[in-house]
Amino acid sequence: MIRSLRIIAANPLSLTGLILVLLVVLAAALAPWIAPFPTHNGAIVDFAYANQAPNARNWMGTDLVGRDIFSRILYAYQISLLLGVVVLAIATPIGTVVGLLAGYLGGWAEAVLMRIVDIFLSIPPLVLAIAVMGVLEPTLTNAMIAVTAMWWPWYARLVYSIARSEREEGYVLAAEVIGAPTAHIAFREILPNCLPAIITKMTLDMGFVIIIASSLSFLGLGVQPPTPDLGSMVAEGARYLPDSWWLTVFPGLAILLAVFGFNLLGDGLRDVLGVDE
Amino acid sequence: MSLLRIDGVSKTFQTAGGPVHAVRDVSLEVAQGECLAVVGESGSGKTTLANMILGILAPSAGEIVFGGTPLAARRSPAQRRAIQLVQQNPLSALNPKRSVGASVRLGLDVYGIGTRADRWDRVEAALEEVGLPADMRRRGPAALSGGQRQRVGIARALACEPDLVVLDEPTSALDVLVQARVLRLLNDLRRKKGLTYVFITHDLAVVRNVADRVAVFKSGRLEELGPTERIFSAPEQPYTRALIGAVPVVDDAELKLRNTLAEAP
Repeated sequence: MIRSLRIIAANPLSLTGLILVLLVVLAAALAPWIAPFPTHNGAIVDFAYANQAPNARNWMGTDLVGRDIFSRILYAYQISLLLGVVVLAIATPIGTVVGLLAGYLGGWAEAVLMRIVDIFLSIPPLVLAIAVMGVLEPTLTNAMIAVTAMWWPWYARLVYSIARSEREEGYVLAAEVIGAPTAHIAFREILPNCLPAIITKMTLDMGFVIIIASSLSFLGLGVQPPTPDLGSMVAEGARYLPDSWWLTVFPGLAILLAVFGFNLLGDGLRDVLGVDE
Repeated sequence: MSLLRIDGVSKTFQTAGGPVHAVRDVSLEVAQGECLAVVGESGSGKTTLANMILGILAPSAGEIVFGGTPLAARRSPAQRRAIQLVQQNPLSALNPKRSVGASVRLGLDVYGIGTRADRWDRVEAALEEVGLPADMRRRGPAALSGGQRQRVGIARALACEPDLVVLDEPTSALDVLVQARVLRLLNDLRRKKGLTYVFITHDLAVVRNVADRVAVFKSGRLEELGPTERIFSAPEQPYTRALIGAVPVVDDAELKLRNTLAEAP
């Protein structure tokens, strides 16, 4: 653990990623305490301060109904991170189990499971999510379901490709000769050898899930007002560019910061864990 | 009495390019306590035969009889336990993400050997038996040398208390000195435990050191079978003669030197 941190710290890019991720996580966790206007999280109007450019009172300006943009970004990070964590916490195990079984068992299991995965992968991700959201009501829970539905096949494919090559290794043969149960070979022997790649992908994907979720809410299919969300903040402000630039630029930068951080950290982890792509 | 009897066994693989006859109508017996070397060039069917003995592949025709009982396609745990494998490549034979001890222990858990509480003691005893320190069980394979890994592979097989061990080129991935030590260890263990070996190799110098009898394979067929001395001194088949002729000559002085080196710690 300490050794891993040292390797990450040695690389300026990975270190930047780690710092950005910590910053985003802290901002989200401490939002109620550090936000200058914690009540601006909800449906509140303060027309006296509506549409203000950045100033000493509102560092990133205010939106059309007078809410502090900085405060709302901090709360929006909570939603983004929650969505990322929940999506990955569901998509990763599903994809991993499917990929492991297809890769290790081969034969019929492989043919059936991987064709299902191919069907999901053949639909452009955002289109799939939009389709799901079109059928379901646009809520946070449904946004999670939509993004999860498009995310798990990528894990299935990643784990499948590793498991397929691992099953040719001597240690798998050894376990088979002994007669170890299939579950033991898949989950105790092969899975540990897939974990570094899975963890790296999860870190990289946190950024991408945040982007997809923001894209959905940008299209009005994600989290609904008054809950602050980076994607919908950009969407609302876009109509008032370039005059009220702070409405879009700051939420946009907030997305950039989080995605950039997770990507750099993911690249750093790849080196630490020795994953080759 | 023969421990293992292979009776008219064939194995045919169906491939896109038509059927491939990997093993054709092979019959042979291995006596209790014997070391039978199976030699032949790559593609001669040695490994396919080994996989059928181990139960990884089912014969297309014929029967494998072990200890008087014909082996079915699905074997009982006791039947699997009785026949164990030592692999060629010690680098891939151990899971890099599991401790050496966990790898050795797997068979004990699967076959229910010993009690839960004393299995770690058994793992340590198995490691000591092959000349490794008991505390090595906590290490990962990455920290071990090739020779040490191969010893772990042997410990894993022997911890299951088998009657027959299939050794699939157990020394060909090791350098000469380590090779000699591992062979010595295998010889000692066989004598001490009354084990039976099916020793698959293409290295005839190794065969001379360890085998009681030699089975020569050529394109899936058993070409010649006889006592090691006789195979080397008076090979009957032209193919066997060619195989032996291809061995670099090792004279007595060099053999003695090798053995002395092998005894060194």
